[in-house]
Amino acid sequence: MSLRTPLGQVLGHGSAKDGTAHFWGQRISGMALAVLGGWFVWCLAGTTDFSHGAVIAEIRRPVNAVLLLLLSVTLAWHSYLGVQVVIEDYVHRAGAKLAALVLSRFLHTVLAVAAVYAILKIGLGA
Amino acid sequence: MSNNGRPLSPHLSIYRWPITMTLSILHRATGLALSVGLVVLVAWLFSAASGVESYIFVVSALNSALGKVCLIGWSFAFFFHFSNGIRHLVWDAGFGFEKHQANASAWFVLLLALGLTTLFWVLRP
Repeated sequence: MSLRTPLGQVLGHGSAKDGTAHFWGQRISGMALAVLGGWFVWCLAGTTDFSHGAVIAEIRRPVNAVLLLLLSVTLAWHSYLGVQVVIEDYVHRAGAKLAALVLSRFLHTVLAVAAVYAILKIGLGA
Repeated sequence: MSNNGRPLSPHLSIYRWPITMTLSILHRATGLALSVGLVVLVAWLFSAASGVESYIFVVSALNSALGKVCLIGWSFAFFFHFSNGIRHLVWDAGFGFEKHQANASAWFVLLLALGLTTLFWVLRP
């Protein structure tokens, strides 16, 4: 047990200096998603034919492919930033918190890469 | 940190439940729900790239009763997080902080999200 007071133990460490980047990242990606997400849901609302051929044909159109790529990557980033805050708020044990943050980062990276690969594969017609 | 039995400032349980608190919690809850939805979105895209059989597997799962309920839930989560996200951006720009404004925008966002969700499913061609 330390003889130092709880306050004394934390004073002087300073912040991690990455809060501002997180704040801006969340907001900038949010603004982008307001447009990209709106576009995607608008497309979904207007689509009646969800057969494999019809969906492939839609994704193959260059404008759709590019917007879908932007949506996937931005969504994974925005989701990662959001989940990070939730983990930091509710997981208090240091080890479990670190494990959850690393797992979340891995999962979001996998999601982004899988989405990009799938869209490129469809778009390039392989 | 120990507080040596000193009184704490009033916490959540002491206040009359305000609508703004509901929206704050809903924003986080819908955000988490949409993170799960992202997994399904990527699974859908990936299955489409993998071929007809895996695509039909994913789409038929989404067409089941449970799948439909989830899709309706995700559509509400999207419209709510979308509308309330814009509300947050307006706050970030420095507007709408007065209590009556925050309460009014809370109800507006909630009704807008419910309305958009209803329109999305009712007006489907």
